[in-house]
Amino acid sequence: MAETVGQRYEALKRAALQKISILKSKPLVLVGTATCGRAAGALGILSVFKEEVDKNQLDVEIREVGCMGHCYAEPLVVIAKPGFPTLCYGPVDEGTAKRIVSDYLLGDDPCYDFALFALDPNDEFPTYEDFPRGVIEKKIILADCGLIDPEDIDHYIARDGYAALTGVLEKKPSYVIEEIKESKLRGRGGAGFPTGLKWERCYLEKDFPKYVICNADEGDPGAFMDRAILESNPHQLIEGLIIAGYAVQAAKGYIYVRAEYPLAVSRLRVALAQARERGLLGNNILGSDFSFEIDIFQGSGAFVCGEETALIASIEGCAGVPRYRPPYPATCGLFGKPTVINNVKTLSYIPHIMRQGAAWFKSIGTENSPGTAVFALAGKVVGTGLVEVPMGTTIRELIYDVGNGIKDEKQFKAVQIGGPSGGCLPGSALDLPIDFDSLQEAGAMMGSGGLVVLDEDDCMVEIARFFLDFTQKESCGKCTFCRLGTKQMLAILTEITEGKGKPEDIELLQELAEDVKMGSLCSLGKTAPNPILTTLRYFRDEYEAHIQEGRCPALMCKELITYVIIPEKCSKLCDVCIGSCPTEAIYTRPDMLKAIHLDKCVKCNSCMVACPPQYKAVVKISPPLAVEKEEGGAESEG
Amino acid sequence: MITVALREDELKVIREETEAILKNHETERQELIPVIQEVQERLGYLPKEAMQQIAEAMGIPEVDVYGVATFYNQFRLNPPGKHQIKVCMGTACHMMGGHIILDSFERRLEIKEGETTPDREFSLERVACVGCCALAPVVVVDEKVEAKVSPIRVDGILLAFEMQKAEQEKGKKKNPEEGGQEN
Repeated sequence: MAETVGQRYEALKRAALQKISILKSKPLVLVGTATCGRAAGALGILSVFKEEVDKNQLDVEIREVGCMGHCYAEPLVVIAKPGFPTLCYGPVDEGTAKRIVSDYLLGDDPCYDFALFALDPNDEFPTYEDFPRGVIEKKIILADCGLIDPEDIDHYIARDGYAALTGVLEKKPSYVIEEIKESKLRGRGGAGFPTGLKWERCYLEKDFPKYVICNADEGDPGAFMDRAILESNPHQLIEGLIIAGYAVQAAKGYIYVRAEYPLAVSRLRVALAQARERGLLGNNILGSDFSFEIDIFQGSGAFVCGEETALIASIEGCAGVPRYRPPYPATCGLFGKPTVINNVKTLSYIPHIMRQGAAWFKSIGTENSPGTAVFALAGKVVGTGLVEVPMGTTIRELIYDVGNGIKDEKQFKAVQIGGPSGGCLPGSALDLPIDFDSLQEAGAMMGSGGLVVLDEDDCMVEIARFFLDFTQKESCGKCTFCRLGTKQMLAILTEITEGKGKPEDIELLQELAEDVKMGSLCSLGKTAPNPILTTLRYFRDEYEAHIQEGRCPALMCKELITYVIIPEKCSKLCDVCIGSCPTEAIYTRPDMLKAIHLDKCVKCNSCMVACPPQYKAVVKISPPLAVEKEEGGAESEG
Repeated sequence: MITVALREDELKVIREETEAILKNHETERQELIPVIQEVQERLGYLPKEAMQQIAEAMGIPEVDVYGVATFYNQFRLNPPGKHQIKVCMGTACHMMGGHIILDSFERRLEIKEGETTPDREFSLERVACVGCCALAPVVVVDEKVEAKVSPIRVDGILLAFEMQKAEQEKGKKKNPEEGGQEN
């Protein structure tokens, strides 16, 4: 008798659970080796664990996992020892790693001093839920990240992975589409288009073959959640992509990944091979009559390829230039065939929605934006990393409760949300609940979820200039407004940050911004002026200080500041500023106090960082001092 | 920008490698980007000769290959240095002083971003974002990601390479037969 899809899956799951139970019978060490962990030295920690375990001949399983999101405490290590609460440690250095092995794995002391939190409720140590971050966060697509081995499909299957696909294969495609429509899932790529409608449009087309594409071309500077998901839980995405393929009756899927993410690509390749081997991908998936293949296509670094039509052009082997829509890709996409393109996060939600139902999904978040939002918290915030919160969480909760506030006890100034397409929101927007619509009203955008916190030391004009510099470089050049408009706006902003701004510049920027918005075809151009418009709206006084007084209030714009050492504060006995200066601009005066040759200073900030906190003798001044010849300095002008 | 004339043996390598890569691919247009990605991976850059060869094999105008190669940020038309330094210029890195780090490299190596040192030892690039925003500012040196870089760390990174080079040269002096160094 032929096995049903469900029976085949049950067999896979039984095998996976058995494998996991063997794994759980001995101590398990999980080292987070996603790119962020690696940058903090996780590979070194991994080898320390391996060596120490070998040396002591311990029966311990060591696995590499992805990112748990607590990037501020990288490298992270999770240890699950039978009879003890599962604990997460970080930041782990070589010494800590050795101590953990000798005291906890060899002995019975869990080294609570080094632990961050426990993963399961216990009487010994606070769990993640005992912290404000744990209370507010609601993890759906990040739930397994950092806890399962991305290169072992059985870890995913043991946690009900591919159960949604199994259920879907036993139903009609139209059922899947109805469920996704019902869930009101909106695309997490940034624009928030209803996913169900996109799928339905493609499903109704009768032109075959059809394609589904996962957009993993995370080009936003300041965003890294797609990378983290790809590196931590690739199967979740693959399952979502296969379900999408089934729903619209496509035969082939592509995952379009940035070439800058080599680890993500290699982990994806392993995951695809394992899925194929288990019969979850390829011909007749789980014995059904649905066949589906997935190819990886490596992007080559072009921000505009995040745009659907540009991405398609790129896969077809051309320069990634967007085209006019309609026709939308859902009716005429890759190779002229109906194509669905979804972001990594959107597809990652699919298995959860299919397994737990649309009603469950709608119970999270706000009415018009159900579900959660994934943010990459970066910048001047203490708890940098990846967070997943219900839609409708306020920016204040996100920064102060989840992110633990501003670094170094500085003042909050603004939050840059949504990358180059987004905008900068001021303190008055802190209580804004975050969802697709509220952000749009405030002039920003959800974008792909990058959230950079800025403090009093950040200049808003400079931020606007930075984003314009990015969009200007990334403009594909097709639309004149985008190509020349962004260039002109960048030139004006650069002049302002250099103190050469003219009073009429603000007006001109405003006009240009509106024109570029109107005259551009794709979202790159349409949203490029957002950083300018929001900074003008909320921080106009900073523009005016630059233009009228030649002063940068945040003391950031290089041309508008000088570094000086205050003699009253300088200790004659210390030399650290001299040692820290890369250009030998700091010298000792005859009275033993230190001073800076303004003409040699490259304004690299090293001396300010180096000056011991009890003196704080180095300060920045704006408007800048004129460069004058130092007394006793024997330099002659040529 | 320094342009280097290619030697006959270098040209031969380029021709052979490109030929081998082309053999593993169909000659359809959609294979163009994967092909040039592979060529760059093997050779470190996209020589003009390789682009001509690809255009011929795929039956498309040379300018199409050039157009695609120059459109995307990943492709490089000049040989890179032995060590590649990529300074991340993402938002978080910029806010945390990425531009200061780029300045420091430019000053130390005496080249601008996008250039290679005359001895072909280092090349310096800016990249949009490597996705390590929580550990900003970040620099990718060869394949290794360096987190929370400061101007002093820049000196440290370069010093490590200098020491490594000095070590190798010391080794070479001892065995003068090994590895003829051309200048």
